[in-house]
Amino acid sequence: MRILSYAEAISEATVEAMKIDSSIHLFGIGLDYSSGVFGTTTEANSFFGPSRVIDTPAMENALTGIAAGASLCGIRPVVIHARNDFMFLALDQMLNVLSKWHYMFDGRASNMPVVIRSIIGRGWGQGATHSQSIQSVLAHFPGLRVVMPASARDAKGMLLSALNSPDPVVILEHRNLYEVKGEVGQATPLEGASIAKKGKDLTIVASSVCVQESLIAADQASELGINIEVIDIRSIQPLDIETILNSVRKTKRLMVVDTSWTNFGLGSEIGASVLESGIALLSPLVRLGQANSPAPVSKPLEDIHYPNATKIFSVAKQSISYKSSEIETVDNLPKIADDFLGPY
Amino acid sequence: MNNLSHHDLVGLFEMMLYIRLTEEKIAQEYPKGQMRTPTHLGTGQEAVAAGVLRNKVSGDAIFSHHRCHNHFLASGGSAKSLFAELLGRSGGCSGGRGGSVHLVDRNSDFYGSSPILGQSVALAAGAAYAFKTKGNRNIAIAFFGDAVFEEGTTWESFNFASISRLPALFVCENNSYSTESKLDKRISLETSFSERVKSFGIRYLRVNGNDSIETFEKSKEIVEWIREGNGPALIECETYRWREHVGPKFDWEMNRSYRTRQEIEYWMQKCPIQLIENYLVNAGHISRQEVEDRKLEVKKQLDTDFLEALDSPFPTAESHLKNIYASRQG
Repeated sequence: MRILSYAEAISEATVEAMKIDSSIHLFGIGLDYSSGVFGTTTEANSFFGPSRVIDTPAMENALTGIAAGASLCGIRPVVIHARNDFMFLALDQMLNVLSKWHYMFDGRASNMPVVIRSIIGRGWGQGATHSQSIQSVLAHFPGLRVVMPASARDAKGMLLSALNSPDPVVILEHRNLYEVKGEVGQATPLEGASIAKKGKDLTIVASSVCVQESLIAADQASELGINIEVIDIRSIQPLDIETILNSVRKTKRLMVVDTSWTNFGLGSEIGASVLESGIALLSPLVRLGQANSPAPVSKPLEDIHYPNATKIFSVAKQSISYKSSEIETVDNLPKIADDFLGPY
Repeated sequence: MNNLSHHDLVGLFEMMLYIRLTEEKIAQEYPKGQMRTPTHLGTGQEAVAAGVLRNKVSGDAIFSHHRCHNHFLASGGSAKSLFAELLGRSGGCSGGRGGSVHLVDRNSDFYGSSPILGQSVALAAGAAYAFKTKGNRNIAIAFFGDAVFEEGTTWESFNFASISRLPALFVCENNSYSTESKLDKRISLETSFSERVKSFGIRYLRVNGNDSIETFEKSKEIVEWIREGNGPALIECETYRWREHVGPKFDWEMNRSYRTRQEIEYWMQKCPIQLIENYLVNAGHISRQEVEDRKLEVKKQLDTDFLEALDSPFPTAESHLKNIYASRQG
């Protein structure tokens, strides 16, 4: 058993895969800095150097198209964005080229095995344009794989799988998970949700850092005798609805906790699927995520903007005691990376 | 005068004739409504595709834009698979999924076309990156129109191609119009494409894109220069689109006023096929009778190809959701 941080796990997967597959090249801004995208490319750069670890100009859209073109001719590019928000510039190539290339040529064109690593920011006032979480947008368009590793195990395992996949894969990492440690092993599947904690009273489906926060809330709830089932969604596209439905059939209660806004979000999609399934819930669906405003900088506003374990716990109790008059007060539970001070 | 062989000269002529008659067949059939896909015909611009792509060798990578039929055919794609694609049939080059602007033929190194401006430039730069990494002599070629100079992706790609000295040939078919917007509305008259491109460290050359012999000879030299590892280059080919931006008609038939019938007919007088045909006949490479025989022969073959394309079945309903992911079979 090996314990690594999420960031170390990404670095280890990158170096392991690059040793085996000489066609893997990394592209992005700052890859060869000593800081190496928060330590995730430092080791790759020292092993493989500038012929395979490319510090590129600021050119997100063309770079994604260049990665796509290179992938047609035998290169396995990994495009890295230090924040999701910069990746928005590449949406043309991601949504018009990467997501459609296989389908629109009926599988007769070459594969486009591009891996895009992009980091979601949160905390220390990162504000409106360094904190966005784009999974719903990317998952809306058929053709991309969109995954959100919530643990060091998946941070390594899903990157290894992405680097073996013939499909374009977008890996949305969370900056607040970078220092979180966990066991790491080999490749883990690119699709399929996993049950992070078993329970019978309420199903919480969570993405990325929200999985860790939901687990804290679930542990607190179990002290009150409430058994929450926490599902780590892992892959947004394709979405493993079956695992969710099987859980909700048992618990009859559902909360979705996501890193992005609730409107048109992961919770909306999962909630609609549960509605379509005909399962009757005992309490109303709950969606937690960023409040529906751009992310504010000021600390008191930032604190209420994002979901956290305390909010999840509080809302979980309301869900379970729905229609009962008794709603207990809530303690302040630990926050993930609440002491986050950068680097950004 | 030129130093081209009889084989090259006749080859250029035959390819241009094949492209022209294929496009004319499409224009003739299109109004019947069986080809349900917005179609941008390349009539009048044949010399660019034929001239440049006569330099293609196996393993090169060709990318094109919305007006891509010429490049598809000059790479080696068949008129029959193009017809079937426009007809939405499973025998189409893209299985009826792509339509006129999404053509592919990997057997002839035609990697794909994409109508969003600038994409062919970035994709070709990427393929060139792969060739440079492998250290072989292959090159990537991107075709695009003059409006692509207005897109940010283009300049990002040029910059990367330049600093990485990529084996990429960028081919601009400058036909002076972006849809119905003339060039002088879209670029400062104080500047030129030449200055802009050269300032990025990319070799630049301008050719008469209606002269297939000039286009072939000049691109031959520049392609060899790229294969030698000297870096990227751009050829601006001055040419002219005869028919409407999208569809089979002439603009004057649609009462459009953005250009005059006189202007179009002036360029028709400078027909790239007539130009090389006259040259070949005058220089004794081929007789007028042989030219006429050849035209009839190609037309007859294209009629047969079209009927066979119509015989190809439509894709099945079961295939609708297939091939979304390469990792999932079927």
